[in-house]
Amino acid sequence: MHMHKLEKIWITIGIVTLIAFLSTVGIQAFTSDHHKPPSDLTVIDPEKVHETAPFDEPGLKELGDNKYELIIVLQSFGFTPNDIQIPQGAEVTIKVTSIDVVHGFQIPGTNVNMMVTPGHINSMTYTFDETGEFLILCNEYCGTGHHYMSAKLEVI
Amino acid sequence: MNRLDSRLSLAHFYVAFSAIIVAGFFGLLQTMVRSEMIVLPSYINYYQLLTAHGVLMALVFTTFFIFGFLHACVVKTVGDFSVGTRRTAWIGFYLMLIGTVLGVIMIVIGEATVLYTFYAPLQASPFFYIALALLVIGTYFAGAADIYQYNKWRKANKGQTSPLLAFMAVATLVLWIIATIGVVATVLFQFIPWSLGLVDTINVTLSRSLFWYFGHPLVYFWLLPAYMAWYVMIPKIIGGKIFSDSLARLAFLLFILFSIPVGFHHQLLEPGISHGWKFFQVVLTFAVIIPSLMTAFSLFATFEVRGRNLGAKGLFGWFNKLPWKDVRFFAPFMGMLMFIPAGAGGIINASNQMNQVIHNTIWVTGHFHLTIGTTVALTFFGVSYWLIPYLNGRVLTKRVNGLGIYQTVLWLVGMSIMSLAMHYSGLLGNPRRTQVTNYNGHSVAEGWGAYETAMAVGGTLLLISLILYFVVLIYSAFYAPKGQEEFPIGEVMDAKLKVPSFLENWKVWIGIAVVLILFAYTVPIIDMIQHSPPGSKGFKFW
Ligand code: HEM
Ligand SMILES: [Cu+2]
Ligand SMILES: [Cu+2]
Repeated sequence: MHMHKLEKIWITIGIVTLIAFLSTVGIQAFTSDHHKPPSDLTVIDPEKVHETAPFDEPGLKELGDNKYELIIVLQSFGFTPNDIQIPQGAEVTIKVTSIDVVHGFQIPGTNVNMMVTPGHINSMTYTFDETGEFLILCNEYCGTGHHYMSAKLEVI
Repeated sequence: MNRLDSRLSLAHFYVAFSAIIVAGFFGLLQTMVRSEMIVLPSYINYYQLLTAHGVLMALVFTTFFIFGFLHACVVKTVGDFSVGTRRTAWIGFYLMLIGTVLGVIMIVIGEATVLYTFYAPLQASPFFYIALALLVIGTYFAGAADIYQYNKWRKANKGQTSPLLAFMAVATLVLWIIATIGVVATVLFQFIPWSLGLVDTINVTLSRSLFWYFGHPLVYFWLLPAYMAWYVMIPKIIGGKIFSDSLARLAFLLFILFSIPVGFHHQLLEPGISHGWKFFQVVLTFAVIIPSLMTAFSLFATFEVRGRNLGAKGLFGWFNKLPWKDVRFFAPFMGMLMFIPAGAGGIINASNQMNQVIHNTIWVTGHFHLTIGTTVALTFFGVSYWLIPYLNGRVLTKRVNGLGIYQTVLWLVGMSIMSLAMHYSGLLGNPRRTQVTNYNGHSVAEGWGAYETAMAVGGTLLLISLILYFVVLIYSAFYAPKGQEEFPIGEVMDAKLKVPSFLENWKVWIGIAVVLILFAYTVPIIDMIQHSPPGSKGFKFW
């Protein structure tokens, strides 16, 4: 098959750039846990969330030395708890699950963003370095009250 | 083209145009609701409207337009349908139409406010899922007619290379058939039994994965017909030649290979799928850059060669020689141009960790209003300006051509405003699929309002453009002067170069595609079934 010389050069540049790009993405993703997209493999019975640890006690828990765990239950159309205070600089592992349909968990202005599907626990770790009022919102359609589904988070 | 096959194609186009005008009106309403300019009457729910917009645009407009177009290309290049083949194609059309009507009824009566992605465990009426199944099964009849016709030509012309346009139509169909296996599987084996109450629960992660196994190649199913117009029709329209027949075929085959085993890039933030498999599919996702670069090279080579033949000088002199005043060229070319920012956005979306920033924000909506809403839509508009009069035995008049350019510009400006506002406010965190985004006046959400207003401004221009398009099309179809409009099919630049026969060895290419798919999906799917949590009951939160 005939290929023009310039096209060969063009495709070669493309492939080399692509390999460089994917290597960067791959190295970042696999060398640091903080760069992995949330992919928790833990399962849970969606009808027994309220009886299953840690979701039987939602809220912020100190694990030690500025490390915290934030447990949140999602349902149409709210978060439990929905008014949260976090000390500045805290490294927080957020764990979420849904008791009904699919929801989203997003904190605008941060990289916190995950899908919350029933039957699964999702989680990610984020360090809140700046004080201020944050908004937690559901970014997946979950019914007619979807746009009301939000919570307040304050870093103090 | 003969009258009977023209009528078949036209029937598809008429449904497509009706869908886009209605859905476009809904789109404008959405922007007005989000920007809080209007409040919908109590008998219409925002999400019902959005379901209708998504279904009519992404599933109905595209599918009907594409099958109308593919039938026309196949009949034009490999011969008239026989009575039986044409009947098969009509059965396909009616199944698709029944599916569409049933689906729309379910949405209108409020039995399917689940958005066009119908994520479980929100549960619509079983008739909604049956409607979707009919739409897809209808396309199998339509596709069978085209593939049969192509095979018939090849049997009658042993050893010859098939016409490029027919080859591309078949490649598009092969992609479609392999891709729809996912959605057919989840609808037939998961959604329908579950919504009928035959089973109590559904495996949510599995259904989402089967959906996205289909959802990503779906976008290539929209794009490939646009590429057919770019590769084969545009060269003829500008008076040039197709740069290379073999490379065009190779590009289409590579699109089949690299667009299917990649659906996880839509599920990057999802639990229950391991990071390693997600990353593997991310790598495959990016492989489509190779055929994309080949396409860009071929098209611009055609433009440059043509410009230079017309006496253009300097590095970019050829640019001025292109027929800017011909809507058949202008509209698709603008679509191509907008594919540059659209593609750049796509790279961000699929980039494993960068996805985190934009996932489910309205940035994503901004992205696909550039890809499908601009690149593909403008190319389809450009095609319909000549194809509709052609099929009706009429001509594209000068006046229509002028209005078409005006309509294209309006669309471009409208989409640019709307899409830019969507992209930008998405970066600030503004979520998609959300009726109002003020969150009780929360300070974080305050900054989004201005962008919502900009979207409504863009949406207004878009609807004006759409109305103009609709009026012009009705004129072209029924009132324009009778005559013979051209069906532009380009010739190859270097006709002596033989097309290697391995490019048409479908068994091999489909085999490679299947191997890649099995490789990318077998282990994660088995995991999803074996390690599945208790399933979900249906919910109806509307
Ligand atoms: C008049 C022109 C258009 C306007 C004003 C418009 C407006 C919108 C808006 C505002 C949304 C997002 C609403 C939300 O997420 O809350 C949306 C979603 C969407 N639009 Fe359009 N649009 C137009 C044309 C198109 C075209 C031509 C297509 C494709 C052929 C298209 C396909 C979609 C799809 C698939 C969605 C996603 C629906 C969902 O999230 O479930 N739109 N549109
Ligand atoms: Cu929601
Ligand atoms: Cu995709």
